[in-house]
Amino acid sequence: MAKAILGDSEKWFIVHGVQDDFRTDGRSCESYRHIELETGILSNTHGSARIRLGSSELLVGVKVELGTPKPQRINEGWLEFHVDCSPNAHPVFQGRGGKELSDNICSMLTRVYRNNTVMDLEALGVIPQKHCWVVHVDVLILECGGNLIDAASIAVKASLYNTGIPNISLTDGDEGEVEINLPDDPEDVKHLKTINCPVLVTLSKIGNRHIVDATDEEECCCSASLVMGVTRRGHTVGVRKMGGGSLDPESLTEMIDSGKKIGRQLHISLDKLLKIEAGMSEDIKQTGYL
Amino acid sequence: MAGLELLSDQGYRIDGRKPDELRRIRCKLGVFTQADGSAYIEQGNTKVLAAIYGPREADQNMRNQICHDKCFLNCEYTQATFSTAERKHRSRGDRKGQDMSTHIKQTFEATIQTSLYPRSQIDIYLQVLQADGSNYCACINAASLALIDAGIAMKDYVCACSASLTKGKPVIDINHVEESSDCAELSVAILPKLGQIVYSELNGRLHANELPDVIDAVVRGCKDLFVVMDRTVREHLEETATTFTHS
Repeated sequence: MAKAILGDSEKWFIVHGVQDDFRTDGRSCESYRHIELETGILSNTHGSARIRLGSSELLVGVKVELGTPKPQRINEGWLEFHVDCSPNAHPVFQGRGGKELSDNICSMLTRVYRNNTVMDLEALGVIPQKHCWVVHVDVLILECGGNLIDAASIAVKASLYNTGIPNISLTDGDEGEVEINLPDDPEDVKHLKTINCPVLVTLSKIGNRHIVDATDEEECCCSASLVMGVTRRGHTVGVRKMGGGSLDPESLTEMIDSGKKIGRQLHISLDKLLKIEAGMSEDIKQTGYL
Repeated sequence: MAGLELLSDQGYRIDGRKPDELRRIRCKLGVFTQADGSAYIEQGNTKVLAAIYGPREADQNMRNQICHDKCFLNCEYTQATFSTAERKHRSRGDRKGQDMSTHIKQTFEATIQTSLYPRSQIDIYLQVLQADGSNYCACINAASLALIDAGIAMKDYVCACSASLTKGKPVIDINHVEESSDCAELSVAILPKLGQIVYSELNGRLHANELPDVIDAVVRGCKDLFVVMDRTVREHLEETATTFTHS
């Protein structure tokens, strides 16, 4: 992971600030940095989103294709995640340098989305045992400014909200085979129900307190962090402890409780923003990176 | 493809352009805060992001490339999995990516005044977000703008354009459909003010008599591109200057 290099005095400054609920950029322990989100910016994908969280920047593209269902779940489709660290973010990601970080984020996303309540996978089924929709979610990390896991999960939820799966029609073909017909109109799509999609919240332990949305420098000072998937209703769908430090059980329950509260608030703001953006008129041009 | 004419009888291409027309070009400098220089360019539907790190001290694993009298360039070209119409996972270090990286590195070795930065390394990273033909050209243009944003000394801008020959007429700035057809494809990178070619690549067959026309067309395309890029750089400079003087 691209780590900032900090001297001892800088670390102590950050740790002492956190004890007083005052971080280097003036935030409290439980507030996020400024988030910019834009969906539908890549025209050759079925859904896309671009997020800027402080100085972290990610791009998510969703492409759906027809595949065969898994043998244990013949009526359902599935989601597949892939994370790529672009060398644009940091020279250390050149070649295979970013593999560890991308595997981490990918496994976390796969874990929280594997839950049955999160996404209605039966809606992705087409013909039982033969065909289903496979949703490929590709996350591209363009700039590392700390807290990539949370940013990735917010962008993934936004891009899934934006995804349109073509409305296919089934007709009886020859020899009893069912033929799948794609619609001519590219706008003839059905959207996924993302109401239960989780958002990952990372709580980093610094000293005796925990903070949310750590920057690069704060991540250097934290001994251990807890990543949890939280749905809109405040239910936890996955928890993982990361980092080399240890957490005692009381702080663990405390962190989970504040994570649930923060996750709920994040969902409310995110859903509001997505609704506003979906309702925006077609005339307003999207800027993307311009 | 049956019934798909690359050049209609009225002289229009599939996307409605005339043979000597470039696609819509939009570009921006200074897109990222952490890189020393960055730029974003959109040529029609081809979207490329470039980031420059350097000049800086050479990496541990590249120590053997250090030159005492000039800097060395390190270039990496990556294409996002969702960049093409069909999703394709490309691993790092695959042959096509390496190929492109070498060509781009070669182009900039001829342009950057490397003797001004001895014993250092300059990294050029290119990320293709959407690929719709002329990937190499868009990458060169984006990297050129990013190097200007990074303040690295160059002999001139580098502008690249692609061209093909359809029904005897040269067509410039080809898109993906035109690239996948059987026609020859010429990509050229030039230094517009000096009028020199720093890189050229021809795929496919082209008759020697037809070559001068195609080269003329592509050089004109590059010069048109230079006008757009220069205007973007000057606008960016004006904006940055006003933030300094008006604060």
